[in-house]
Amino acid sequence: MPEFKVENRVWDAEETMSRDQLRACQLERLRSCVARVSAVPFYKEALARLGVGPESIRTLDDIRRLPLTTKEDFRRNYPLGLLAVPREQVVRIHGSSGTTGKPVFVAYNTADMVLWSNLCARFLVAGGLRPEHMVHIAFGYGLFTGGFGLHQGVERVGAAIVPAAAGNTNRQILLLQDLKADVLICTPSYALNIAEVGREQGLRPGDLRLRYGHFGGEPWTEDMRVRIEAELGIHAFNNYGLSEVMGPGVSGECAVQKGMHLQEDHFLVECLNPDTLEPVSVGEKGELVITTLTKEAMPVLRYRTRDIAWLDSSPCPCGRTTVRMSRVVGRSDDMLIIRGVNVFPSQIEEALLRVEGTAPHYLIELDRPGAMDEAKVKVEIRPQDFSDRISELRALKGRIEREIGIITGIHIEVELVEPHSLERAVGKAKRVIDHRQVRMSDGSSPG
Amino acid sequence: MKIQQLSLFLENKPRTLRVPTKVLADAGINILTMSLADTEQFGILRLIVQDAPKAKAVLEKAGCVVNLTEVIAVEVPDRPGGLDGVLAVIEQSELNIEYVYSFTARKGDRAVMVFRFDNPDQALKTLTAKRVGVIAELEQLTKD
Repeated sequence: MPEFKVENRVWDAEETMSRDQLRACQLERLRSCVARVSAVPFYKEALARLGVGPESIRTLDDIRRLPLTTKEDFRRNYPLGLLAVPREQVVRIHGSSGTTGKPVFVAYNTADMVLWSNLCARFLVAGGLRPEHMVHIAFGYGLFTGGFGLHQGVERVGAAIVPAAAGNTNRQILLLQDLKADVLICTPSYALNIAEVGREQGLRPGDLRLRYGHFGGEPWTEDMRVRIEAELGIHAFNNYGLSEVMGPGVSGECAVQKGMHLQEDHFLVECLNPDTLEPVSVGEKGELVITTLTKEAMPVLRYRTRDIAWLDSSPCPCGRTTVRMSRVVGRSDDMLIIRGVNVFPSQIEEALLRVEGTAPHYLIELDRPGAMDEAKVKVEIRPQDFSDRISELRALKGRIEREIGIITGIHIEVELVEPHSLERAVGKAKRVIDHRQVRMSDGSSPG
Repeated sequence: MKIQQLSLFLENKPRTLRVPTKVLADAGINILTMSLADTEQFGILRLIVQDAPKAKAVLEKAGCVVNLTEVIAVEVPDRPGGLDGVLAVIEQSELNIEYVYSFTARKGDRAVMVFRFDNPDQALKTLTAKRVGVIAELEQLTKD
């Protein structure tokens, strides 16, 4: 960790309101949210089926009477069936990975955009950002909420932005050196990659002006934080969010760096046992289930994030009164995060299906030999796909890689292998081997 | 006469070549000649055997991915300019050669080479018309 301290600063008064005030605010907002989602046929039916409405919400615990929302529900209501406002009021669309060929879309109206910028501004300021800073954003700009979400947050704070976007590490380092950015925003593994490439170029810690980093988009560990902080000479902060409920801004760390403050005045967060859907005790690991309290264009009731974490309700020395969440330490489904991009094995299957008619046996292998993820899909070749011509086998490999790229948005190398050469677990086929060390290895877990 | 060639998909890793050779050995099938094409990831093993359908059946039973491909075994005079003469004929005919490899066995005083053409039927017609020797039966081959 660098020598200098991060000054504790709070963006707005709501972050420090009393727990009683906060609970009253949440209750009122939850009622109004339930009233607003009734404009969505999906929720109208679900609420009618359960016989609940805004009047059923008497205490915050009544949230458990409300219906859950899953990624599958977004898929069934593709593309914008979950809109709660007229389409004309929408000012932005973002998206995240669906479980099959199509993405999941989310929508924002003007009020949502203002809110989203403020939520990002809160955690950015908590982690050292000041209006006089130069901020280098090396996130992908596009449907992915990370790039634009953080960009708007920085803009809200009033700092200068270098929208470097993703890729071309040598160019990133040139920009960091010459424009002297104070703050770096990207995925934690890309921050390490920048440090690594910089070192290869003879750059020493301190050669860059960087003082703060805000990293998200993929799970990471305390070990990675220690390395990033040492190699780039910065304070590295974690932030969390997901497109379905907003994007980045659901939670973020303060200067204390002991958990991410959930922005509870805008999100009601439950931590449930993913099997029984009963609440776990505070401090116990569970799946985060999030209700958007104030989102207007696409409000979501009890979204099953599938992210496993635990909550800490003890007071934080920073003065914020909100509950903190731990790092995400796992998933309650089979989603993979590869170079910050969410990938489902079912998407790979869909790509194979499109290219070959039926999906052959396959295996996704993940590794992180350096800073960055390496992903490979091994595909067993079938007699009907085999050609005596090397060019045709290369073309087959290329077609599968292209289709995977179209569906997932990232390049994953395909390797053709012999039939029956991939491991088969009893009963169910094994689809993923993950050699990366980042998974589920957070030493501070109480569970 | 076209000859049936077996093509096998092999991963580029140790011991994969032993799988088909062992299967053929156990089935008592003699390999007349072979060639191995390799890429960074995988290889294609091409085999000429006495009884291709039977070899294909036993290899597939053993889990191998096997194709049958038509190739032509061309007689090549074993002297300077022998191969060049054959290629000159092929060049004039505008046939495309995809790959070539040799038999260890011979036909009399001639070497024999396996040619894979993009259009085997057209190739056979042309070679016959130009009086280039083509092996009709694998039994014609003699060992040294």
